[in-house]
Amino acid sequence: MKPALFDYVAPETVEAAVAALAGDETARPLAGGQSLIPTMNFRLSTPGRLVDLQRIAALRGIAVEGGTIRVGAMTRHRELETDAAANAANPLIGEVLDNVAHIAIRNRGTVGGSIAHADPAAELPCLLVATGGAVTVEGPGGSREIAAADLFRFHMTTSLDQAEILTEIRIPALAPATGYAFEEFARRKGDYALAGVCTLLTVEGGVCRAARIAACGIASRPVRLAAAEDALAGGTLDEAARNAAGEAAKEYVTAQADLQASEAYRKDLLAALVRRTAATAAKRAGG
Amino acid sequence: MAKSVLKKAIPATSSDPRIPVTLTINGETVTREASPRLLLSDFIRHELGLTGTHVGCEHGVCGCCTVMIDGRAGRSCLAFAVQADGAEIRTIEGVAAGDGTLHPIQQAMMECHGLQCGYCTPGFVMSMLSYLEETPEPDLSETAIREVLSGNLCRCTGYNNIVKAFRRSVELMNAAEG
Repeated sequence: MKPALFDYVAPETVEAAVAALAGDETARPLAGGQSLIPTMNFRLSTPGRLVDLQRIAALRGIAVEGGTIRVGAMTRHRELETDAAANAANPLIGEVLDNVAHIAIRNRGTVGGSIAHADPAAELPCLLVATGGAVTVEGPGGSREIAAADLFRFHMTTSLDQAEILTEIRIPALAPATGYAFEEFARRKGDYALAGVCTLLTVEGGVCRAARIAACGIASRPVRLAAAEDALAGGTLDEAARNAAGEAAKEYVTAQADLQASEAYRKDLLAALVRRTAATAAKRAGG
Repeated sequence: MAKSVLKKAIPATSSDPRIPVTLTINGETVTREASPRLLLSDFIRHELGLTGTHVGCEHGVCGCCTVMIDGRAGRSCLAFAVQADGAEIRTIEGVAAGDGTLHPIQQAMMECHGLQCGYCTPGFVMSMLSYLEETPEPDLSETAIREVLSGNLCRCTGYNNIVKAFRRSVELMNAAEG
């Protein structure tokens, strides 16, 4: 239960951090450490060098600008969870973060670390996919933007290169006339969820004009549930439509059965979460 | 200044590189050397000799090793000592008053029988302390309290008396503030 030895550096600029990562294939960035350090304690991961990002002031902070919530990658979960301006712009953020682990973990864990870690059961990647957010990364070749839809590839795998650092996360503000809901089911509050669903419904005149639904814990990455969205968009969001959306979501479950959930159970769970979040989002949209 | 309770520095016995770490612990500033892989929990226990911080699972699940890092509860097993360079740490040893008078949270845990074997207790106290310092008007519903305590595991009490102690802590803290 003690990590293997590594070389430790704590640079003060993004450029220095990128330089410390480049040229050493075994180097990894250290953000809040709430996922990386447990895997190191078990020696499931044995990076040769850790580049601690916590001294880089430019990676901290939250700003709401022109319909976008900009979050520095090293901002702690709890800072974003309790940020009044960010939650006023998109209250889905607080609802999602309330489900991320426990307060002591959220005090240390970072928004960027969680997204770059890309655990398929994690809530923040699901939020980013559901809202259509984006990230900025910086590497030896300069900086580039990656849309949420292109970011998550597979279990713990993003489209970042080894020497690239995620620097900023951008989450769109809640669109007008839009209701939101996040719900997950875990054996205990704070555990990774067996399934979680993020739903955004735009309602005008009692009709659903747009639906965005994403799920975590059901596949090798967070996924948009397009068939469930199609079942809701254009309709009146009545019980029949919500049930149809839940049924349509089941085809997206590709996670293997495990000790906690069979495939059939996880499909039923996902359907229930889609129905419930659709009902809550519809109500909040005033539909 | 009161006599320090911290252990003297231990001579290096491994070939690991050692990096200087300066931090404030329970108000006292110390500088020691640590291998980059030394967990903050082991630094606190073995290097500083403050064994009130307990180590249970060493992967962030049980909450025994919870301390306060820069004013907020955090797992000391999920941080390296070198990351705490410049940080202000509070451990269970710094919670009671200098004359030994228990903090209201400790008093409440005792009055409500919120502990049996006591292994998890320092972690519970640090989590409660952090939360109550951060939250002037805490929600005292059963659900809300259990959510706050969900990051700490106890294998003895069944939690009911810890929930009672949480409510009693708030009463005692409010009374102390007058």
